Amino acid sequence: MSTSPTSSSPAANGPDVFVVGSDLIKFGRFPDQTPAKLGAAAAKLALEDAGIGIKDIQAVYSGNVMNAAAMVGQQILRELGQTGVPVSNTSNACATGATAMREAYTAIKAGMYDLVLVVGSEQLGKAGLMMAGGRGGISPEGVLGSGLMPAVFGEAGQEHAAKYGTTLEQFAKVSVKNHEHSMKNPKAMYQKETPLEMVLDSEMIAYPNTKLMCSVNVDGAAAVVLASPKKARELGMKRAVKVSASILTSDRYSERNLTMPDFNTCTRDAAKLAYETAGIGPEDLDLIELHDCFAVAEILHYENLGLCKEGDAGRMIDEKETYWGGKIPVNLSGGLLSKGHPTGATGVANIVEIVQHLRGEAGARQCEGAKVGLTHVLGIAFGSACAVHVLEKVNA
Amino acid sequence: MTEQATLKPIKPFLKIPVGSEPYIEGLRCESCQAVFFETHLACPKCTTHDSLKPSKLSNTGKLHVYSIVHRSMPGIPVPYVSAIVDLDGGGTLKSNLINVDPDPKKIEFGMAVEIVFNVAAQKDKEGNEYLAYQFQPRS
Repeated sequence: MSTSPTSSSPAANGPDVFVVGSDLIKFGRFPDQTPAKLGAAAAKLALEDAGIGIKDIQAVYSGNVMNAAAMVGQQILRELGQTGVPVSNTSNACATGATAMREAYTAIKAGMYDLVLVVGSEQLGKAGLMMAGGRGGISPEGVLGSGLMPAVFGEAGQEHAAKYGTTLEQFAKVSVKNHEHSMKNPKAMYQKETPLEMVLDSEMIAYPNTKLMCSVNVDGAAAVVLASPKKARELGMKRAVKVSASILTSDRYSERNLTMPDFNTCTRDAAKLAYETAGIGPEDLDLIELHDCFAVAEILHYENLGLCKEGDAGRMIDEKETYWGGKIPVNLSGGLLSKGHPTGATGVANIVEIVQHLRGEAGARQCEGAKVGLTHVLGIAFGSACAVHVLEKVNA
Repeated sequence: MTEQATLKPIKPFLKIPVGSEPYIEGLRCESCQAVFFETHLACPKCTTHDSLKPSKLSNTGKLHVYSIVHRSMPGIPVPYVSAIVDLDGGGTLKSNLINVDPDPKKIEFGMAVEIVFNVAAQKDKEGNEYLAYQFQPRS
């Protein structure tokens, strides 16, 4: 028997952790910038949002994938002030930003610091198709099937289709929704209405994923400032948001996961732990930002996160339950499909989006009366990582 | 060296015995029977140390799922069907599913398939040829 990580729930010990500052830069393509300059721009906005300066920050947690060995966190301090504080550089595939967030959360929980900075950054440009790398010999791509992400997620989507008869149209509707949402997000890569015919008629990349059902590779950065209760009270609780769960899981053994990445199990494990830790259930959530790296993935995660019964995700999108104003809005930011997916920044940007709604500062796309939100990201390389955060309005 | 000796397996777990048919050799855990394709110090499933032993796997299986790749890396001919197959008796492999129309209407989940061994079109820098395993519908 493989051990379930859900058998040992993380202790609810330690002080509460609050987001006291958060922001992101507009996602896009910035070939003249560096990852650190993008990260620093987001960090500056988050510090200003918190009403503090870099001298107040006791530790920095930086997430970046493509420049994992370049000490992007230290470079960010060169932009904002070299204060000499500890800097941790994190890389965990597409879960990188959320992993940095969790490291920072852990440090506050441990009582080590009162005020820390989390920055996720990435400069992808038009990176094209993503795949896990090969080793020696000849490339197995196109001979031994496909290691390209559109196919890997296409296969995962087909599992849902095989089990429940989910249609190409239902998968495609996710992209229609997320593009519609980002029309109201000025910081998204795209603000463009994208009807179902356009999604279905766009180039087929790997069935059932058409081009518009694949996330957009963009440059971007996002940052949050985390505080202990003491520091949060000092800075003012009015706009503070409580982090009521910060969970990270990896891929435990499952039947096919060495051939076919199993991101369902690690998501289910993380969701279960997150709900337990926060003392809530999926029915208590007002909004969700989840990892729609491909349109098919969002369908699977409705069930993985317990938003509906098994096999019911197709109906959920058909009945627009996850639209703005629906039963449980998902990816009001536009998601990875339309806001864009700057890998290292994504897990922090999701936090920023939820914080904006809980503060009532999300503008035209505001989720009215939002009190509790959840973020979910997923990383895949030669293994999987899933991070789930639950955020709560304080002055609710 | 004979010409046949330069034919290399595309993956180490593909065995090419002299004078008999190629086959897939997995590693089966003596303790929990889980099947793998790479060596590990302990079983990834049950964590028993030194428990993975070579095991000849079946040539037949069932199609679990697939994707049809229409855009790939430069120079790779498209479309092709990337298939995940559960081998009869244990083990899951991914490879191209060949001798089918690359059309979702023509491919059935759960269909019976068999492994075929083909020489890959690509050669390595030294000019070596590689033998690959692929799937086709079972006749």
